[in-house]
Amino acid sequence: MCGIVGLFLKDKSMEPQLGALLSEMLVSMTDRGPDSAGIAIYGAGDGKHSKITIQSASPERDFAGLDKELGAKLGADVSLIAKSTHAVIEVPSAKLDEARTAIGDLRPDVRIMGAGDVIEIYKEVGLPADVVDRFKLAGMTGTHGIGHTRMATESAVTTLGAHPFSTGPDECLVHNGSLSNHNNLRRELKRDGMKFETENDTEVAAAYLSNKMAHGMNLGQALEAGLSDLDGFFTFVVGTKDGFGVVRDPIACKPAVLAETDRYVAFGSEYRALANLPGIEDAKIWEPEPSKVYFWEH
Amino acid sequence: MQTVDLAKSTLRELNHALHNIKGGSNETAWEVVNPKGSHSVAVGVDAPVTVDVRGSVGYYCGGMNSEATITVHGSVGPGVGENMMSGAIFVKGDASQYAGATGRGGLLVIEGNASSRCGISMKGIDIVVHGNIGHMSAFMAQSGNLVVLGDAGDALGDSIYEARLFVRGTVKSLGADCIEKEMRPEHVDLLSGLLDKAGVTGVKPEEFKRYGSARTLYNFNIDNADAY
Amino acid sequence: MTYKNPPTTPRKSATFDDYTMSEIRRAAATGIYDIRGGGAKRKVPHFDDLLFLGASISRYPLEGYRERCDTSVVLGGRHAKKPIELKIPITIAGMSFGSLSGPAKEALGRGATLAGTSTTTGDGGMTEEERGHSQTLVYQYLPSRYGMNPRDLRRADAIEIVVGQGAKPGGGGMLLGQKISDRVAEMRTLPKGIDQRSACRHPDWTGPDDLEIKILELREITDWEKPIYIKIGGARPYYDTALAVKAGADVVVLDGMQGGTAATQEVFIEHVGQPTLACIRPAVQALQDLGMHRKVQLVVSGGIRNGADVAKALALGADAVSIGTAALVALGDNDPHWEEEYNKLGTTAGAYDDWHEGKDPAGITTQDPELMKRVDPIAAGRRLANYLKVMTLETQTIARACGKNHVHNLEPEDLCALTLEAAAMAGVPLAGTSWIPGKGGF
Repeated sequence: MCGIVGLFLKDKSMEPQLGALLSEMLVSMTDRGPDSAGIAIYGAGDGKHSKITIQSASPERDFAGLDKELGAKLGADVSLIAKSTHAVIEVPSAKLDEARTAIGDLRPDVRIMGAGDVIEIYKEVGLPADVVDRFKLAGMTGTHGIGHTRMATESAVTTLGAHPFSTGPDECLVHNGSLSNHNNLRRELKRDGMKFETENDTEVAAAYLSNKMAHGMNLGQALEAGLSDLDGFFTFVVGTKDGFGVVRDPIACKPAVLAETDRYVAFGSEYRALANLPGIEDAKIWEPEPSKVYFWEH
Repeated sequence: MQTVDLAKSTLRELNHALHNIKGGSNETAWEVVNPKGSHSVAVGVDAPVTVDVRGSVGYYCGGMNSEATITVHGSVGPGVGENMMSGAIFVKGDASQYAGATGRGGLLVIEGNASSRCGISMKGIDIVVHGNIGHMSAFMAQSGNLVVLGDAGDALGDSIYEARLFVRGTVKSLGADCIEKEMRPEHVDLLSGLLDKAGVTGVKPEEFKRYGSARTLYNFNIDNADAY
Repeated sequence: MTYKNPPTTPRKSATFDDYTMSEIRRAAATGIYDIRGGGAKRKVPHFDDLLFLGASISRYPLEGYRERCDTSVVLGGRHAKKPIELKIPITIAGMSFGSLSGPAKEALGRGATLAGTSTTTGDGGMTEEERGHSQTLVYQYLPSRYGMNPRDLRRADAIEIVVGQGAKPGGGGMLLGQKISDRVAEMRTLPKGIDQRSACRHPDWTGPDDLEIKILELREITDWEKPIYIKIGGARPYYDTALAVKAGADVVVLDGMQGGTAATQEVFIEHVGQPTLACIRPAVQALQDLGMHRKVQLVVSGGIRNGADVAKALALGADAVSIGTAALVALGDNDPHWEEEYNKLGTTAGAYDDWHEGKDPAGITTQDPELMKRVDPIAAGRRLANYLKVMTLETQTIARACGKNHVHNLEPEDLCALTLEAAAMAGVPLAGTSWIPGKGGF
């Protein structure tokens, strides 16, 4: 139960403002989700390196020297930029999987929040404004991003329980609603090799989509399949390396507003989230139809 | 004209002022600026005043309105005019879901489109939508009139009771127990009056089709169970 | 001696017992699921499975009558400018005009007022009788919104947003054609004589994030004066209580599966929801985890019958209890006085539950003008007041025996359990041990 915001830029000149715009949108959804907040931001990639966002409850201990140790283990240059409890590690793209395993060996307490060519994920317990400050999200540049404020329903209020959830490279998902068959689905996905960090229903949805895509579907097809396999109430906003998608369940009673101009596509759980976007007064604003997949790609 | 700037005043101050208009007061024209999607703007007003909201609002604008005429110069979030008793609400832009939910009287006019569940459980309100309405509109609608100049989405009038629905465009699908009904002269008169009240011009009542309850679900019968 | 072939004694199936088989035959013949009123009839772990320890040498009791044992309770102080102050921690639960007759609703108002407590409207709006005769009236805000209007909202003393009820968590209201009289139909804006099935979700919000916005609207309409209660059925009491608090509730009303209803499917009443006893500790835990225990009040209902039940619910952490079925019995429901008439309806006093048919011999769950005359609202109100006062005295008797000068000072540690099930559900030790199943001890 939550607030969702998303911003997909068509106009490259807006990219330096992405973090600032998304941060303001996120904070406007505080009432819908005061427990925790998170953001996935798709920045620039150089085509050669990949990013791994990691999180630790003891960042000073875990992050110190990790770049050197990891570099030595991979035999490659590794950079690490720490932001509070999170850090983004850049490794050569060819070494991404190896690096994920190595991080687990070197720092068993560190959690991998997400990985891919361009994605960075930051999420933490607390009010959205505090989360924005902690990670200096307002200063970030990027092509698109998704944010979430959480009012926890059944699973715990923890960093890992915060959204967005990422279960595949450059993939992330946020959710407003409540699924009713996620426990059975989780068991099925586990049998198919998917790994889970939480008891959260949203993580199941994210893993479901990643699993479908790993079996060859594109995001649009995976979302279509989700409409019949996921039961309950949901509005999902999903991000991929180049794309941004929205889908609502067939009953569609959780709120959702989309806005589109020549310069961007924006999503908000409420209009409030969109009210201060540049040019919003002339945007095409509508509510996504139930059971219809909306998808934009760069 | 009394102006309340929601960038400077709180919602509480606005509604408190609107609830404390004394009979015979000459403060009958109010304006709200900078609503920026705020919820519960001008709810529970109980006086024959005008309220002009300059911008878009969030949930439940004009909720439980009595007597006031509220005009939103922008779009409205979920539940505009929910359970309104009397008076009128005009929305210049679009409306989110649940527009006019459970409304018992008065007139709600949406000049743009209304989203899903427009007129859900309506109980006497008149709703006129210039554009289209979304799915599950007029669900369990009990009484009153819903007029749609554009198209209606899926499951229009599901489990409807005695409300009357008039749609000028297409209906994607009808809900359980909702059927097309004959437009008799009294319906043409009724619709003509509603279009006038809503300020609609250039549209003839004859262009609409009427929908209402088949009344087959009014008393339980196992052979209708698939409809539940 | 020679033996004949010994006969086999006829043996009935425990699985297919007489009642089960009669239900199969009834469904096959009529094509209608069984609808009835009341709450769960099956035996479930309940307050009877708990006992108070009392005082002896390590604890000192209070003197009955002479040493004060307070029973007052304030509901709704978290946000409301005008919280409700009650003399006793027992309120009358929501029951609709429509399911109940006008005189029955009036009697509930009179009885509650005499006893210094509140009564509650139901899924049919507020009547003049009950507003006039109830000093403190809680106005229910239900998915159907029948009769909802801002005037009644403002003349209520509190607002109860009904999310669910114990008899049918996840289900909507039901009132069948026999009871939709002219007056009921007019109050609900429905055609006379139809079967009315209300929605199970509210028409204009879903989930706690929307609920927070709905609560804001109701507070704004009523100028932040009225306490806002949220009523939930005993489904997932920990999460539901926590979310009600996060959405901004002043009071959480928690109704276990023994809680009654005017009418719903038997399968719903008997197979959905948790026993009242099992719901209280998780709800209290949620309040404690949020630092809101005693700040947001918890009212528990579903099978409260006497002062012992009241005291046990309070000891487990409730601030007050609410009664419905028991109040109807005090008014005269299922009274053996009408046994001949119950027999004509194919039932017996004590078992009558076809409340939806509107033929109640006691004149309570009916809209029949002749039958409803059998309830004298003044006399029936007096009986209800007597009963409420007896329950309160019983509660005080127990509290004093445990050395408490306020009934709210009862604690789980004042209790022990007679059965493993009750010990686990109530989180108190099995009698004679320090063992709380699932929590350790021996």
